[in-house]
Amino acid sequence: MSSARLQVPPRIVQGDVFKLRLLVNHPMDSGFLRDIDGVLIQRNVIRHLLCTLNGREVFRVEPTTGVAANPLFEFYLRATESGEMLFRWVDDKAYIGELRHHLVVEPANASKPTSN
Amino acid sequence: MRSRLVSRRHAALRLWQATLVTSIGGGWLRTAQAQVDKLTITGLAEARLRSFEEMVRPYVQSQTLTKEAVTLSLPMLADNGHMVPLSLKIDSPMTEEAHITHVYLLSQRNPVPLMAKFVLGPWSGRADLSTRVRLSGNQSVIALARRSDGSFIYDAQEVVVTEAACVDNG
Repeated sequence: MSSARLQVPPRIVQGDVFKLRLLVNHPMDSGFLRDIDGVLIQRNVIRHLLCTLNGREVFRVEPTTGVAANPLFEFYLRATESGEMLFRWVDDKAYIGELRHHLVVEPANASKPTSN
Repeated sequence: MRSRLVSRRHAALRLWQATLVTSIGGGWLRTAQAQVDKLTITGLAEARLRSFEEMVRPYVQSQTLTKEAVTLSLPMLADNGHMVPLSLKIDSPMTEEAHITHVYLLSQRNPVPLMAKFVLGPWSGRADLSTRVRLSGNQSVIALARRSDGSFIYDAQEVVVTEAACVDNG
């Protein structure tokens, strides 16, 4: 079934703006293509993907058929706090995918923050 | 004149749908027909190049729109329209007072003009995004962003697509 991978920098210091890469395994069937028998493949795309950090929304995307299969999203986030990152997405078949990541943000005092 | 043309095209599509349903039948095909209905609205009827106004007006409405601060980068020549890497950078301080709230990726030729809508905020720190999109043929792609004060900014880029996505749609 649908799963996802998340890439974050190995070390995140408070105050940094860091990049996240999220790759979701999803066919993103557009509903315009036909299978080998000429039957229209039903549309099945991710409608909504929400990322929360400690329950607070930090990123949201609403893809349509215009996003390629196995969608990749790269976005940035300002490191404020450590905590539980939760990615949830829902597709046309009402399947809800989920990915959890524990985000560790180091305090800024020890070393100078490296900008990303 | 134009509406008559559209209605005639619509009628032809209805007929095609009817034959499709009767010839293949089956319960789940009713949902397929619903898909076809959607196709007539967003797909076949619009398999042409949309004008800039048509693309941005539904989002911008009466707000101001300027071509600044957004840098959209796409390959000038995309071999495979099924997966075109797209990235954009937006010049914005991303503070509580001035940030980007929404980013829309718009296609001129795709059956569905809106490819993706992103919601950002001051927590993002930087209003840069990248993703991979589908493009059905040569067209210009628009990245439209809404600032927190309600104004809109955009950037557009032409892209040549050798192998279009949604081939069945022409």
